[in-house]
Amino acid sequence: MSSNQVIVLEKVNKWYDDFHVLKDIDLSVTKGEKIVICGPSGSGKSTMIRCINRLEAHQKGKIFVNGTKLTNDLKNIDIIRKDVGMVFQQFNLFPHLSVLDNISLAPIWVKKTAKKEAEELAMAYLEKVKIPEQALKFPGQLSGGQQQRVAIARSLAMNPQIMLFDEPTSALDPEMIKEVLDVMIQLAEEGMTMLVVTHEMGFAKTVADQMIFMDEGKIVEQASPKDFFTNPKSDRTKLFLSQILNH
Amino acid sequence: MLMRLLNVSNFSVAKKWVHKNLFSSWASALITIFCFYIILKIIPAGLDWLLFSADFVYNFRGEQIIDRTFCSKVIEPGQHGACWAIIIVRWNQFMYGFYPVEEIWRVNIVFALTPFALLPLFFDKVIFKKQLIYFTFIFPFIAYYLLYGGPGLTEISTSKWGGLLVTLFLGVTGIIIAFPFSILLALGRRSKMPVIKSVSVIFIECIRGVPLITILFFGNIMLPLFLPDGVNVDNLLRGLVAMTFFAAAYMAEAIRGGLQAIPNGQLEAARALGLSYWQSTIQIVLPQALRISIPAIVNSAIGVLKDTSLVLIVGLFDLLGIGRAALADMNWMKLSHEVYAFVAIIFFILCFSMSRYSLYLEKKLKTDNSI
Ligand SMILES: Nc1ncnc2c1ncn2[C@@H]1O[C@H](COP(=O)(O)OP(=O)(O)OP(=O)(O)O)[C@@H](O)[C@H]1O
Ligand SMILES: [Mg+2]
Repeated sequence: MSSNQVIVLEKVNKWYDDFHVLKDIDLSVTKGEKIVICGPSGSGKSTMIRCINRLEAHQKGKIFVNGTKLTNDLKNIDIIRKDVGMVFQQFNLFPHLSVLDNISLAPIWVKKTAKKEAEELAMAYLEKVKIPEQALKFPGQLSGGQQQRVAIARSLAMNPQIMLFDEPTSALDPEMIKEVLDVMIQLAEEGMTMLVVTHEMGFAKTVADQMIFMDEGKIVEQASPKDFFTNPKSDRTKLFLSQILNH
Repeated sequence: MLMRLLNVSNFSVAKKWVHKNLFSSWASALITIFCFYIILKIIPAGLDWLLFSADFVYNFRGEQIIDRTFCSKVIEPGQHGACWAIIIVRWNQFMYGFYPVEEIWRVNIVFALTPFALLPLFFDKVIFKKQLIYFTFIFPFIAYYLLYGGPGLTEISTSKWGGLLVTLFLGVTGIIIAFPFSILLALGRRSKMPVIKSVSVIFIECIRGVPLITILFFGNIMLPLFLPDGVNVDNLLRGLVAMTFFAAAYMAEAIRGGLQAIPNGQLEAARALGLSYWQSTIQIVLPQALRISIPAIVNSAIGVLKDTSLVLIVGLFDLLGIGRAALADMNWMKLSHEVYAFVAIIFFILCFSMSRYSLYLEKKLKTDNSI
């Protein structure tokens, strides 16, 4: 395992009771790499990336993040979560806290940053996602696109080295998708390691270093975007691409 | 309402309102007329009994009332007003029980200070909130010293406490101690750790599955059997423990409802950010869950306060117990209407203010931007 590899999955298997969700997943991600994951609903995309920050536990195989092995050891889980940020489809902001408090909460409580410093940090990230003027509002007062940008800022405020995105734009109205993707593209340009589950193929073509197609709990195809879109090998990938690109 | 109706400059608006709300259909018109009839019958008669024809200190002949034989209604069959003298003459008992008269000032100080200790707990914007919070934390010790006694103050055994003092002591202390306890129980019930979960479930279900009287008897009669010889737990304290357990179990169920309303996604986001269980519980779950469960919590608190009146069966003289003691007094027998009406009015004032408080809170939280 080279020191360049920040995420390694070796023969990872997961079951929900009898249901085999992940089947022998192998994956390695190098520092700064952007991976876009797509596949039909229920294929296990969310489950796979949620295993990487241990929101779900796998039952067989090994997962390493920055060289730390994911086990039930709570200390390891804490270490990994410091390095891995996550953005969800449903934003999952804390509705009782202002935008500023949403972002500064984790730095204050997890990193023990002083409140004033954490708020300055929060403002800096709000500038980065281009909504500093919303700092004192509550999540319920923002549009979906703004909420998702706050969620990205909240995650970035913990200064992660890896960002996981689980369909960050699927819950958004079409006119708001771009503002979120723009922030993600900017993040990619800054060299962040990113794993993105999305069906935004335009975004994938722009930023992905690798495309992954999953079906029925397996990685069916992994290729550079060029090969993936112009010359897919498996029939299932072809079918999926024809469906998604012609809709 | 009446004032509003009269103030309506446009009479037709009033007519519309009356029509829409009182006479919209035949059935509703009948009910309206029936209700007006009842109100017209009851209110004047009620006020007459309560106030206009009632005796307070003197009877209708102008004599000071010192026992029931002086009550107007006892002297003269035509008189039918209430005889409040039983409350006035025994006022100290109703308020303080058998607390020695020369020491009652101590209870009065506690009564007077209690609102200041409670203010910062119940209201957000209080002047000198910071200083008051300190006071809130030392108040239990001050109250204990004043009520029970200690260096410099005569000791007054809790068997002498009674009346409103005991009702408030059991109700307020019980609810306040039970509150944090109920939060832990509600969290425990949802815990993934089997031991914690089953202990919480068993505690809550056992207490809720049994009438309060049973718990009081258990505390009173059984508890001493389990304690080593010579350890004598105060009777009032046993009552307090029973009330606290009872309140905690019911409030825990109220809070559980609020906990269930928090979407799991928020907890996942918190975990992904690295927050620990307790950090996300305190920062994210509880502020929202408690808000949601306020009406249910206050509802159970009102129930608990009313249920304090059951302690009379284990020999504690709360407000109702003192009332019954007054009725057992040869000099004041047969004035049960007055006694029960008085006790009911006091309980009504306490419970009604709690329910108004909960309405105030709900309104306040609704106008908060954050929801
Ligand atoms: N907690 C759970 N318990 C049982 N089954 C689950 C659970 N979570 C997911 N599953 C099942 O596992 C499978 C994979 O789910 P997953 O959410 O990873 O799919 P996905 O590829 O992200 O799909 P989508 O595009 O709909 O988000 C699905 O069939 C789902 O029903
Ligand atoms: Mg998914």
